[in-house]
Parts: sequence; C-alpha cells; structure tokens
Amino acid sequence: MANAESKDNYLVTEKLVKRFDEAVAVDEVNLSIKKGEIFALLGSSGCGKSTLLRMLAGFEKPTSGRILLAGQDVASLAPYDRPFNMMFQSYALFPHLDIWENIAFGLKREGLPKNDIQQRVGEMLDLVQLGPYAKRKPHQLSGGQQQRVALARSLAKKPKVLLLDEPLGALDKKLREQTQFELVNIVEKVGVTCVMVTHDQEEAMTMAGRIAVMSKGRVLQVGSPQEIYEYPSTRFVADFIGSVNMLDGKLSVDETDHCAVQTAIGEIHVGHSISGTVGMPVAVAVRPEKVSIGKQAPAGLSRNLFTGKVKEIAYFGSYNTYIVVTPQGTRMKITEPNGSHLDLLDITWEDNVYFWWDDTDALVLRN
Amino acid sequence: MSNFLIRYFGRAWLAVTFLFLYLPLLFMIVFSFNSTRQDAVFTGFSLRWYEALTRDTKIVEGFWLSLQVATASGLASAVLATFAAFVLVRYRRFPGRTLFSGMVNAPLVMPEVVIGLSLLLLMVGIQNAFGWPQRGMLTIVLGHTLLGMAYGMVVIQSRLLEMDRAIEEAAMDLGARPFQVFFLVTMPNIFQAILAAYLLAFTLSFDDVVISEFLSGPGVNTLPQVIFGYARRGINPTIYAAATLLIVSVTVVVIAYSVWVARQTRKREREIAAATRAEVVALQAQ
Amino acid sequence: MAFNLPMPGKRFVIGVPYVWLFVFFLLPFSILLYISFVDMGNDISPFKPIWDHQTGLLKLKYENYWTIFVAQEEGSHLFQTIYIEAYFRSIWYALATAVLCLLIGYPFSYFIARSKPSVRPALLMMVMLPFWTSFLLRVYAWKGILADQGVINQMLMSLGLISEPIQMLYTDVSLLVGMTYVYLPFMVLPLYANLVKMDFRLLEAAYDLGSTPLKAFWLVTVPLSKAGIIAGFMLVFIPCVGEFVIPSLLGGPENIMIGRVVWDEMFTSNNWPRASALAVVMIGLIVIPLAIYYHYTGDAAEPRQ
Repeated sequence: MANAESKDNYLVTEKLVKRFDEAVAVDEVNLSIKKGEIFALLGSSGCGKSTLLRMLAGFEKPTSGRILLAGQDVASLAPYDRPFNMMFQSYALFPHLDIWENIAFGLKREGLPKNDIQQRVGEMLDLVQLGPYAKRKPHQLSGGQQQRVALARSLAKKPKVLLLDEPLGALDKKLREQTQFELVNIVEKVGVTCVMVTHDQEEAMTMAGRIAVMSKGRVLQVGSPQEIYEYPSTRFVADFIGSVNMLDGKLSVDETDHCAVQTAIGEIHVGHSISGTVGMPVAVAVRPEKVSIGKQAPAGLSRNLFTGKVKEIAYFGSYNTYIVVTPQGTRMKITEPNGSHLDLLDITWEDNVYFWWDDTDALVLRN
Repeated sequence: MSNFLIRYFGRAWLAVTFLFLYLPLLFMIVFSFNSTRQDAVFTGFSLRWYEALTRDTKIVEGFWLSLQVATASGLASAVLATFAAFVLVRYRRFPGRTLFSGMVNAPLVMPEVVIGLSLLLLMVGIQNAFGWPQRGMLTIVLGHTLLGMAYGMVVIQSRLLEMDRAIEEAAMDLGARPFQVFFLVTMPNIFQAILAAYLLAFTLSFDDVVISEFLSGPGVNTLPQVIFGYARRGINPTIYAAATLLIVSVTVVVIAYSVWVARQTRKREREIAAATRAEVVALQAQ
Repeated sequence: MAFNLPMPGKRFVIGVPYVWLFVFFLLPFSILLYISFVDMGNDISPFKPIWDHQTGLLKLKYENYWTIFVAQEEGSHLFQTIYIEAYFRSIWYALATAVLCLLIGYPFSYFIARSKPSVRPALLMMVMLPFWTSFLLRVYAWKGILADQGVINQMLMSLGLISEPIQMLYTDVSLLVGMTYVYLPFMVLPLYANLVKMDFRLLEAAYDLGSTPLKAFWLVTVPLSKAGIIAGFMLVFIPCVGEFVIPSLLGGPENIMIGRVVWDEMFTSNNWPRASALAVVMIGLIVIPLAIYYHYTGDAAEPRQ
C-alpha cells in the first residue's frame, strides 16, 4: 500500500486493457511507477505504448482495469480534470496565440489570479530559456524552440505526472542529442514524475531511469537501462535492444551455478543456471562487444572458443564490426573499439580468426 | 514540340476563353456610359443611367431588401453550416448519419425549382394550419439559408478536416472543458473558413432569383427579382449602371483580398525561414 | 484521435442542424410527394386528405403522373406529351451545355494547371471573379450582346459580312451560349483541382518511350483526369436540367425547359398537384447522374476508416 512518504507505487496501472472492436491494443498491463522517476514505454509502432499513454492522459477510456495515482482511481476522470499534463509529438501549440498565452492557457483555465499567472509563466520561460520570445507566435519559432514551448506549457500547471509522446521524434539528429540531456535536466529540476513513450532505444536508454519494453500490447520487461541491456528476459527484448548474437541450441548441462548449451558451433558454457530440464530448447545471447577476436587463440582458454572466417568488416569510426562465419554456417557479429590494439590485430577479409567470450558474458534465454 | 504547344496555343486558348468570360462584364461597363438606349453603337459618354439608377425606387428598395435578406441568411447559413460540418467531421457514427449527410449535401445538386416549389408548399401548408407566416422576407431568408448552409458546409468541412486535432486535445489536457475548447481553440482556427462560408452564402442569397420568386409575397421584391422583371421586358441601361457599380466593387474587394492573402503568406514563409536559419546558426555555434 | 464530447453536448450539436434539415428539407419533400397524389378538383387549396375515411385506403390520383407520360388527345402516341418533350429537351440542352463546357473548359483548366505556379493564383482569381458578380446581370448582358440590334450583329453588319441581322436571341443558340457561359466555372474548377495534382513527369516518361505529345495526351493525361472530367460534367449537367432563369431570358418559346413548365403549371394553370408530380419526376431523372457523381467524387463526409 502506498503511503504519503513512500515513493513507490505512485502511478499504478492494474490489469489495464484497451480493446478497439476486435483488436486488443493494450493487454492487461500492470505497471508501478515511482514518484519523481522518468519512466519510458519503449516499443515499435503498434505495440500499444501510445494507446497506454493516451489512457493515462484520459483521451482513451480503458476497456477494463484501473489507473491509480497515489492510491486514487483516476480512470474515470476526464483529461481536463486529471492532474496529468501531456507534451504532444506534434507539440500542438495553439497557432493563434503567442508563446506567453500558450503557456498561460492552462493557468487561466484554473482561474489563477493575474499576478500568479504572470509569475508562473515567467518562471516557465526562464526554465526553457525562451524569455525574449514571449510575444512570438509558434510559426515564428524553430522546431527546437517550439518543443521547449510545448514543454514549458505542459509543466506550467505543476502536474503530478508529465506525459511525453515521442518527445524528440520531430527533431533532427544533431538537435536530438543536445535536447535529450536538456530535457532530462529540466524534468529532474522540476522533480515531476515523468512517463515517456518512444520507439527509439537510444532515447529511452539515455533519458529514462526505468524502461518498460512493450510488444503487441504487453509489457515484456521492466528495468533500468542497464538491466534490460545486460539481462534481457526474453529473446524479443534481447533482440530489440541493441544488437545480439542469438545461438539456438539444447540445454546439455544444468547446475546450480552454471549451465551449458549444445549449439551448432559447439558447446557453450554460461556462468549462470537456468533451472530447466536438460534437453530443452534454449538460446544463448551474446552481445557483439563482449566477443573478442584474434588471429591466435589466447593461451589457457578452453571454453567458449570458436573459429571462423571474416566475411565482412565495417568501419564506424569509434569501433569496428566484424561478421565472422563459422564452418557450420553461423554468422557472428563482433565489435571491437578502435585503438592501437586493432592495428596489432591486423585482421582483414577472408582471414581465419578465433573468437571467444567469458562465461559470464552470455545469457541463456528460453523464449 | 510540347512546349511550343503549351506556350502559344495554350496562351491563345486562355486569352480567348477569358475574353469570353469577361465579354458581358466589359459590355455592360462600356454601355452603362452610353448616352442613348442603344445596345450596339456607342453614341457618346453620359452619366444619365447612373442618375436614373438613383431615381429608380424599385431598384433601390430591392437593393436594401436583398442586403437585409443576404445578411440574415448569410449569418444563419454560417452558423448552421458550422454545426453541420462539425457533426459530419467529428461524429463518425450516430443513428441517421447517412440521412443527415444526404440532406445536407442535397441542395447542392437539387434544381432550384424543386427546392423552391417544395418550400413554397411547406410555407402554404404551415400558413393554412397556423395562419402564419405570410410569405415575404422571412420565407425568403429561410429558403436562402437552406442553400447557403449546403455550400457553406463544404468550405468549413474542408478546413475542419485539415486542422490538427491535437490542439483540441492539448486544450482539454490543460483544463479546458469541451465548450471552452470550441470557443477558445477550434473557432479561432476555423474562423477564416466560417467567414468564407458567410460570404459565399451572402453572395448566393444576393444573387438568387428562383427561390425568391417562389417564396416572396406581394410587394416583396429582392433586387434580382426586380432585375428579372425588367429583363423580361427588354433592355434597360439603368441595369448596366447597377451592374458596373457591382462589378467595380466586387473587383476591388477580390483583388484587395487576394493581394492581402498573398502578402500574409509571404510574410509567414519568411518568418518560418528566418526561425529555421537562426536555429541552424545556434547549433553550429555549439 | 477519438475523444468525443460528453453526451448532452453531442446531442445538441447534432440536433440543431438535424432539426433544421428535417423541417426545411425532408418535410417539404414529403409534402411535395403528398401533393403530387392529390385530386385537386375545383378546390383552391391542394391540401386535401389523400385517404378515404370510410375504407381507410389511400386515394392516390395517379393521373397526375399518368398524364405526364400519356397525352389525352385523340390519336396521340405514348410519351408524346408536352411534358415529355420538355424533359427530353432539358436533358438534351443540359448534355449539350456540359459537352461545350468540357470542350472549352478542359484545355482551359489544363493550361492553367501547367502555367507557372506564381501565375496560377492570379489566373484562378480571374476565373472566380465573374462568379462573385451577379449571374443574373451577366445573363442579362448577353441579351444585349446577342440582340438583333446588339453588338455582334452591328459589328458583323458594319464589317459587311451580313446584310441583315441574324436572329441569335431567343433561339437555342443564345440559350446554349448563356448556359455554357454561366456553368463554365463549374467545369473548370473540379478539372483544375484534378489536373493540378497530376504528376506531369508521367508525360515526360511517355515522351521518353517514344510517344508523340498528342498521343501522350490521349493515353496518359485524359484517363488520369477521368475523375475530374466526370465531376465537372455532373456538376454542370445536373443543375442545368432544371435551369429556369437562363431559358426565360435567353430562350425562345421553342426552347422551353422543364423548370419553366413546372413554374407555368404552378402559377399559370394553378395545378399544384401536376406541378408537384413534374418536380418528383425531375428528381427521379437526376438520381442516376447524381449516383454517378457521388461514386466518382466519394463523399468527403463519409466516416473515415
């Protein structure tokens, strides 16, 4: 149960479902979001994240389930009665009002006295550093400036929860990088609980404290960026976040602190147990940067050492990517950061190489 | 080969067709200054027909009546058209939607004679039953509004469809109740379309003959009715004088409006370009 | 994007225009239909009941319709009534007008669509300008231009091309000129809207493949603008059938169209039921072209999927 001081379970959805005729957009989603954290809903289009956000905002009525804010059910409240504010993907700034009026809009609806409105709008303009532009209309501002106005407008009423719909989607790449940090700084400075929706993993990983990976209306995993990246709980999540080498096989050994999987390229030793039955089909997931590559096998290594031929090399500036094909036909993706050791390695196309990784650097997944 | 075709044949065709379109207008302007009644020979410059115009009570009275009718029916049309456009664009499913849609759009294609006749029957029927209303200005306004609403709705509907609906949701999110959303956000953004609908309905009403003929009462004659009456009796250059005044005022208004719109668009484009450039500069300065 | 207004507001917004349309559109048409079946006899008012109180059956005077199609005189054939003649004449004139508008209007729209983008708004404004001036006055002007002592005849005589004025006014020539003139913008605008969206690079591709400009026009441009052609054609044809003002001012006694017939039947013969029946038949006539029009333009008000 949430109490006044506890930060946990501040915003909770209980078995939230949204059905459109036959299609289920949101399928029994249970989330528990902490007060003051930045929480991301990550998934590709059609996974239900936008519908979920709109239900939180009040633009869609849940088919069933509850939405609780500090223990109170808000699902029946209309958007204009909810203490949530949303920043829209298209910004949705009022074209017929200037920036000052845009930001003041929500405050005026509350009936705040003029002086308070004046002060609050001023605060918001300072927060996003757009003071001199107060009298301009939205079309007179650049995309980045419009976004800041949208943010200021959504924070003006000091909402209990801030909802961001693809906040960086409309910006070009250079602007996006810079804005990511600015946005997080502002949100943390204000201290508001924030739920953001995005399809861009980089955005989610950079900005959010915790991420919920969604697919087909369901939440597959919730965790910090590190947890999700290092310890994905399903094949989908492992594949969705970053790149991964997925090796299918059968569980051959299952002990309390380690296990082994028989795959096409050989037996792979993994440094954790899986509590399964020997013989069951599983997959081993290994991130490309965890794999080492070399022309000679390192001394003393007996496990997780394999060979193959370099078929493709891609140079990305700060790191190299090698595609190595094993004699069994398995393609492995290996990345190495650029540095002097790479020149020493002197690897080129059609070379026969060894690749290896540490027991604890791989993960066994069931589904 | 095709460029030649387009450039010379095309220009010729455009010129001849425009001449065809403007011939009656030019003809009336020129002959409104004719010193005699003749239609073919320009006998001399004179302002007598303009003088006659001011003394023609029927025309002047008709003008004022038409002005009142057009203002009233334009207003009613704009309001009803806004309602109807809203209904059709926002409410996708309600009982009787197809019927509604059919009824709103039908006056666009119905022959005016049919509309006029059926409205007349309605008015007579109501009159027989309740003793009111007498056929006159009110009945004409009602008839014109039916037509104006249909045309006006096309204009407003198209603007509603292209408006970004997210701004309405944003307004609600910020605490505005639905009717506040309409008056504070939706209306200002479709205002130009509503104005256009009003002007369209006004013009249609001011120019209408058939419905007015069916629905007017004794002694009530709109300007088009007066002109129609004169027209059947022969040529009267006073009409040319009236026409010239109308053509000149309409031309001035239309050109002024087009120029103003063009200037606004250019100004807006310049502002957007300036803002984008400023952003690029700011980025490079990092 | 489906948040709707709460129920009471929604009912009001739908209700207002609905009630209006019901009273001023549906109701009149129902009355029209009802009156068309009334046996007026010698009464002044056509508002009589159409059912027999005793038997409870509908007492419809089908003759109101029947006499439209079958003449009462001796030795006349089926469909040889003045009404049928008027209907056919109206359809014929409307068709001719639409065709003329298409022949003049298609190249016109085409060349505007292909002109420089900076010139187009000005050209369009010039097309619309006459529309904003009174159409009645412009038709009136044609009376003066086409009269026996009018400008054209005077000019032809002074050039020595003719010795006597040609009668142009009150003939089907003047009628067609007037109707084509008035309805030309109705053809031009949908055609223009269609042509301006066309990708002219398709034509270039055709030239590239060896086609001559004329062939490319017929095989590429015209088929692609089919929707615009049909929309424009219907937008001219349908209202033209029921035209009243232009035939009255520019047409002669041999060019009477159905709109005028309804008027005469109503106000001259005082036969309200017959006039109503004629109107109902007129509606029936335009239902098919109307269906074609809606099929090709699609109803923008249809619920979007």
